[in-house]
Amino acid sequence: MTDPITNWTPSGSSAVASDRPSLEQLAETERRQVLARLLDESREIRGTSLWSDAWRRLRRRRTAMVSLAGLIVLIILAVLTPLLPLQSPIDKDLQNRRLLPPEWSSVTMGSREGLGFADRSLVAELRRFDAEIDDLRRRLADTSDASARKDLENKIRQRTEIEHPFNQLWNRLGPVSWTMCRMRIAVFGDYAIPSLFGTDKLGRDLLARVFWGARVSLVVGVVATLVSLVIGVTYGATAGYLGGTVDAVMMRIVDILYSIPFIFVVIFLITFLGEDTVKAWLQARGIEQITIFYFVIGAIYWLTMSRVVRGQVLSLRNEQFIEAARTIGASPARIVFRHLVPNVLGVVIVYLTLTIPAVMLFEAFLSFLGLGVAPPDVSWGQLLNDGVEALSSVKLFWWVVIFPGAALAATLFALNFLGDGVRDALDPKLKNRD
Amino acid sequence: MRHLLGYAIRRFGWMLLTLWIVYTVSFVLMRSVPGNPFSSERTVPPAIERQLRARYNLDAPPIRQYFDYAIGIVTRGDLGWCLRLEDYSVNQVLAEGFPVSASLAIFGLVFAIALGIPAGVISAVRRGSLADLSMMTAAVLGIAVPNFVLASIVILLFVFMLPLFPAAGWGTLAQIVLPAFCLGAPVAAYIARLTRAGMLEVLSREHVRTAYAKGLSNRAVILKHVLPGAMLPVVSYLGPATAGVLTGSLVLEKIFAIPGMGSHFINAALQRDYTLAMGMVLTYTVLLFLMNSIVDISYAVIDPRVKLQ
Repeated sequence: MTDPITNWTPSGSSAVASDRPSLEQLAETERRQVLARLLDESREIRGTSLWSDAWRRLRRRRTAMVSLAGLIVLIILAVLTPLLPLQSPIDKDLQNRRLLPPEWSSVTMGSREGLGFADRSLVAELRRFDAEIDDLRRRLADTSDASARKDLENKIRQRTEIEHPFNQLWNRLGPVSWTMCRMRIAVFGDYAIPSLFGTDKLGRDLLARVFWGARVSLVVGVVATLVSLVIGVTYGATAGYLGGTVDAVMMRIVDILYSIPFIFVVIFLITFLGEDTVKAWLQARGIEQITIFYFVIGAIYWLTMSRVVRGQVLSLRNEQFIEAARTIGASPARIVFRHLVPNVLGVVIVYLTLTIPAVMLFEAFLSFLGLGVAPPDVSWGQLLNDGVEALSSVKLFWWVVIFPGAALAATLFALNFLGDGVRDALDPKLKNRD
Repeated sequence: MRHLLGYAIRRFGWMLLTLWIVYTVSFVLMRSVPGNPFSSERTVPPAIERQLRARYNLDAPPIRQYFDYAIGIVTRGDLGWCLRLEDYSVNQVLAEGFPVSASLAIFGLVFAIALGIPAGVISAVRRGSLADLSMMTAAVLGIAVPNFVLASIVILLFVFMLPLFPAAGWGTLAQIVLPAFCLGAPVAAYIARLTRAGMLEVLSREHVRTAYAKGLSNRAVILKHVLPGAMLPVVSYLGPATAGVLTGSLVLEKIFAIPGMGSHFINAALQRDYTLAMGMVLTYTVLLFLMNSIVDISYAVIDPRVKLQ
């Protein structure tokens, strides 16, 4: 078979022996044909990149693919939670709905008497509330007196920010979630899914709490992992690229940190962060406790990542493309982040998929101990904590434990399977090593 | 033997360095909390507060406190007084809690090894069989299900539905079974997977083929020639396993109301009992360091190719 690529001699160089005439000797039309043929053939050649190869390998593992699909569904549901016709995750009903077993009778939003909603319905209450605000606005437009205007403005702000019916049913909705809740009311009205998972000891719907808890748990998993990614990759790549004494010192620090039992230090740290004065200090600076929580978790999971990245960078730093970059005057930072880091991405992703379940488990663990996400925020670990507390009573309240536990276990299960699959797909050398 | 001693001495040096770092960080955090541990309580007369502060050595300048406390720990092994538990020194709490936690951890580890290794061996020898498949699925489940979830399920099943075991407490053998099972289950799952992978690797080696060719029985080959080699990854996993068991005992002691170190530590953290929490962190650091060193040394003893660094 004559290969046009190897036989084709560019721009008149006749040094390569060829039984075909070179391009210049051909007539214009023939030349076009040759080039067109070449183009067609090159179109058919598909380079296999590392990613498409890995994807192909991953697709062959049914467990990993099922896990991936399950996780995608979970993420979509978690994102769309405010749109789903769920009951309120925080509205307590101590009189009538404490520890109800799973049931099928649907619930009207805002029907609890204690809420004091108009017609005992959220839609009616919203209509009444909006009318009231409109009325206030109209009065605001009519008055010209400065102090009266100010009073009215304050009243409107207070009413919309604090006394809005949404604030009684949901906890601190962000602007996006707020809009989504509005849309949900527009679509489903007062309908809410029955308490399929039962209710907890304060009469809150467990299904809604599991859904809202998924949001917190997933966000913790992702954010903390990203924090660990940034720290670990930067640290490891810098140590590996600089090498020598710097590397030795940086890696010694990692060794020391490795031998510190971090879980205990973190618990100690959270003790400190929970102190009222520290809390007040942080709040004055607009830092939420949960943000620190993300960072603390992320900050302890970077060690393995930094070691792995450093090892990879060490083996890459003497490659020619790095030397080439250095020759044309690229700065060390540029070399590290533009040339080295993309090349270690495969390993990084492998560790990323294995870190996310570890971080989620850690969050659940801390929340379970009462040291993590604080109420009224919900997370799966906290739901389990409530569940275990309810367990130690006389009657069998199995649903308070089984449903959050199953949600957490299934998610971790899927993440572990996906992590294993990704590792085998991206890094066949690591196969069979645990 | 000489380099073993040298290794032990070096490890000890690293441990002291680590302890010093943990101590310093904890101390700085403890002392940077504004006010003092008593300011949040109901107001006491100034004279009494002065006495309290003198009692806990809080009236000295911070740097003095730092050294006094450190010297107290090093020379007298005195970790100070609890701030929240009445009439208890940190040492007393440790002395009461440590035996409980240690026996729970040992039961958990023994259980994990007794369950994990046979499961791994069987699934490697009968590779691809139903037993292999079901045991490895169970192992993945064991890794994925957090032990506090497992604990609640186990309580539901074996305490409330089939009243076989007591729900909580400490002292009798029946009370240890459930917490030790929950503590050991994730570790057992890891050990089973490691054993299986190790066994499969060793089974394909030449010396195993030679052993079979000599006409040794299947049992002798597996037990004498394959299993020891396959144990190496398991031994090196015992360090992290100890860490896992210690962490796990934090939650399990809480769930099963066991009066061990873990439950004290959690209470100390929740009630902001700084001296107790600090004492606990230091103790856990020492424990983990010792366990890791023992694992490293035993690894070198089992496998002569491994050099201690």
